[in-house]
Amino acid sequence: MIDTESIPLKTSTGRTLRSEEMVINMGPQHPSTHGVLRLELVVDGEIIVDVVPHIGYLHRCFEKHAEAMTNYQQVIPYCDRMDYIASMNMDWAYALACEKLLSIKIPERVEYIRVIMGELQRIASHLIAIGTYGLDVGAFTPFLFCFRDRERILDLFEITCGARLLYNYIWVGGVSHDLPSGFIDKAKAFCKYFRPTVKELNDLLSYNEIFIKRTANIGILPADVAIAYGCSGPMLRGSGVNFDLRRDDPYSIYDRFTWEVQIGKGLMGTVGDCWDRYMVRVWEMEQSLNIIEQALEQIPEGDVMSAIPKRIRPNPGEVYVRSESPRGEIGFYIISDGSASPYRVKARSPAFVNLSVCPEICKGYMIADIVAIIGSVDIVLGEVDR
Amino acid sequence: MEQVLRDIFDNHFFIYTIMAIIPLLWVLPYALFAVWLERKVSAHMQDRLGPMRVGGWHGWAQTLADILKLIQKEDIVPKAADQKLHFLAPFVVFIGSYAAFATIPFSSAYIGSNINIGLFYIIAVSSIVVVGILMAGWSSNNKWSLFGAMRAAAQIVSYEIPTALALLVVIMMTGTLNLQEINQIQTGWFWNWLLFQKFPFVFIAFIIYFVASLAETNRTPFDIPEAESELVAGYHTEYSGMKFALFFLAEYANMFAVSAIGATLFLGGWNSPFGNFLSGPVWGVFWFLSKGMFFVFVQMWLRWTLPRLRVDQLMYVSWKVLTPWAFACIVGVGLWMMI
Amino acid sequence: MNQYFRDIFVSVWSVLIGMAVTFRHLFIPAVTIQYPDVKLKLPERARNRLYVNMDDCIGCLQCEIACPVNCITIDTVKSLPTEDLGITSTGHKKRLWVTQFDIDIAKCCYCGLCVYPCPTECIYMTDVYEFSEFKRHDLIYNYVTLTKDEIPSIKNRTAEYEKEQAAKKAAAAAQPKPPTPASSTSGSPAIPKPSVASDGQSKTSTVTTQPPSEKKA
Repeated sequence: MIDTESIPLKTSTGRTLRSEEMVINMGPQHPSTHGVLRLELVVDGEIIVDVVPHIGYLHRCFEKHAEAMTNYQQVIPYCDRMDYIASMNMDWAYALACEKLLSIKIPERVEYIRVIMGELQRIASHLIAIGTYGLDVGAFTPFLFCFRDRERILDLFEITCGARLLYNYIWVGGVSHDLPSGFIDKAKAFCKYFRPTVKELNDLLSYNEIFIKRTANIGILPADVAIAYGCSGPMLRGSGVNFDLRRDDPYSIYDRFTWEVQIGKGLMGTVGDCWDRYMVRVWEMEQSLNIIEQALEQIPEGDVMSAIPKRIRPNPGEVYVRSESPRGEIGFYIISDGSASPYRVKARSPAFVNLSVCPEICKGYMIADIVAIIGSVDIVLGEVDR
Repeated sequence: MEQVLRDIFDNHFFIYTIMAIIPLLWVLPYALFAVWLERKVSAHMQDRLGPMRVGGWHGWAQTLADILKLIQKEDIVPKAADQKLHFLAPFVVFIGSYAAFATIPFSSAYIGSNINIGLFYIIAVSSIVVVGILMAGWSSNNKWSLFGAMRAAAQIVSYEIPTALALLVVIMMTGTLNLQEINQIQTGWFWNWLLFQKFPFVFIAFIIYFVASLAETNRTPFDIPEAESELVAGYHTEYSGMKFALFFLAEYANMFAVSAIGATLFLGGWNSPFGNFLSGPVWGVFWFLSKGMFFVFVQMWLRWTLPRLRVDQLMYVSWKVLTPWAFACIVGVGLWMMI
Repeated sequence: MNQYFRDIFVSVWSVLIGMAVTFRHLFIPAVTIQYPDVKLKLPERARNRLYVNMDDCIGCLQCEIACPVNCITIDTVKSLPTEDLGITSTGHKKRLWVTQFDIDIAKCCYCGLCVYPCPTECIYMTDVYEFSEFKRHDLIYNYVTLTKDEIPSIKNRTAEYEKEQAAKKAAAAAQPKPPTPASSTSGSPAIPKPSVASDGQSKTSTVTTQPPSEKKA
């Protein structure tokens, strides 16, 4: 027996344990931490008393790598690997920053292609978020249904740029390939296929009473806390804050489409609970479909390579450009010293910021709930650690 | 059957050994088949194919290959484990689930032990499983395993109450604890089965029994002792090789045991649904096994459909939903019988 | 109390709906394929293993510069004026011996950035995706077509020639200087101008997928 009175047990943050408490290590190799996140839990039985997230297991020096490249274009494969679930949006955000630095005007067709790709990628990313969330609360089948549908999106990406995960498709000033012949028909067929599948997903998981009981009123994130911590994306909208960069700070051509920003309404419990965050993603997939369908109708003909600069050598200066990735606000801050490679690249990654609110909303729940809360934040460790 | 053996052999010990081994001859191939079936059912529900390579037709030999692999695996025992308990736990778990087969009538001609308190014996002996699970979780000296074991203990102990209460309905109607006699009462066409009598009380009792038995076998949506996304593997995290296979075997044996008890008590056991059509001791085995396998399939179906409950919700379902409704069924059936 | 009964009803009902969905899927044909037996046709633009057609390589080092992970290593030697290395299929005159062209495919990130700058389109990504090896150095592909014996002799020849030229220059300047040892490599990217457009055979899109058999020693 350990005499807790004489030898005070402490966590890594120096917190002394009471005699009923124990420290338990969740991760970095744990099926529900979505990668290599490590959570140091202080539990009293099954109740969480304290959570300390430890990150950095997937740190790959993205920002330092970006400085070491010989030109701006070479950073894009590294951007791909930041948020590997939503590579298109990462490439896009970086390309937007470089284009602002260079003051390039982008051809119309390229803008439409980027919107189509970005929204398809958003659906693919949300499908993973929803599927793995189902897995977190114990439902295995929706997970594979989601992956089945995601494969169709990846097929579209593959015929376009040849890669299924890390695309290097959106370049500074353009895209690497024009849309292949038949792409528009295939994309329309996907939209037609996908709407009924969302309904099936809702039947199987979203409105399942056990699922609702597991997620509603769990991990409630009030709007003011979400804003104070700088949360963004579905995490912020799930708390009822009506904010979406695509509408409120329109970049590219998002102001041309009609769609609605989805926010959590607290249908099954309190506004800002796990179910709201989950359901915002489901609704957003349908909104993305709306955008894709409009873009596929409106897309003009044209050359996609015309604006790609031969040599990227921006004038000295600095720029911060933000855009809406599936996980929230992804921003790139680039300083140029006039040379061919960036002097400094800083990425403001949404999952990192969203994860920081976790200790705030995890306390007082059970171990099973912490799995649900972490899953509803939808972290990608590649982006958290960069 | 016992009588036949008595005519051939003289040695009592020998006779009882044969009688005891017969269910094992079913349980082992059944476990191999059920694991394969579970994988195929899950695969097709998820638009996949499942195992397709080993053995030719739809990968029927996949589980055999898995067992061969598990046999070859090193038996890893954690250094800080309680060695004796760690060794014993898988056997206790398997004995607990296998012992229940002793009083389950496979056919009108075969029952392991035709004792008068058969049902009571099953309820009692299946509780041994929880001892084995606690031993496994405690001896592994792993916090996650201990969580799993504690959850399992709480879950199984509390779900035994609605199970026993639901079975009490049957006992009230039949007036016996002997499963062979309960079967004989249900002989005839399928409307003689207890499930279709005194509607809806027995039907609700059956649902209660089935839900509670899911919890007793730690199947989804009540699989919190081994919840893979929370506890990774729960109480058998620190087991490898054949000991792990024993836990697996015990789980599948338990699945069939609870299904078979449900089939025996509510669905006529070895009775043919169509009166004398296709009845008899051999067909009895067929009907008994098909009814049991049907409920095993339903268990798999539920597992691949539903998310998992949380610990407190699990207790809520047991104490606030199943137990009161089981009492209501008892009162209902009791009043019906008095009137 | 109403809430209690409603909860039970909704739970049972939603479980039944879920069971109906999964039961329907039992009879829907699987979407997966049995991979090694059945293979999907990759699209035309599939980006998998890099391949270099050395007949067309002029040693311009553009791909090496473009690579973000430095997985391409090229070494070239100037050819003698008397030697004719031929013309690429795109009509570029070859002026350099390529004595080393290694791609460390284990490092390759399949971004395809090396493909675009190539003036002769001799480096491209194929649809081969099964090339696992047991040893990591087996994944360093050596594309040079010259044999091991040829490379030193070419290097020597060029070095001697450059020495001679240097000596001649020195002699011409009438100022005897010790001959400077010429470096064997010429690192500057010497891109020859495209000569007459003798576009012979257009490059076929079907790719010979012969893995380079030579391995780095």
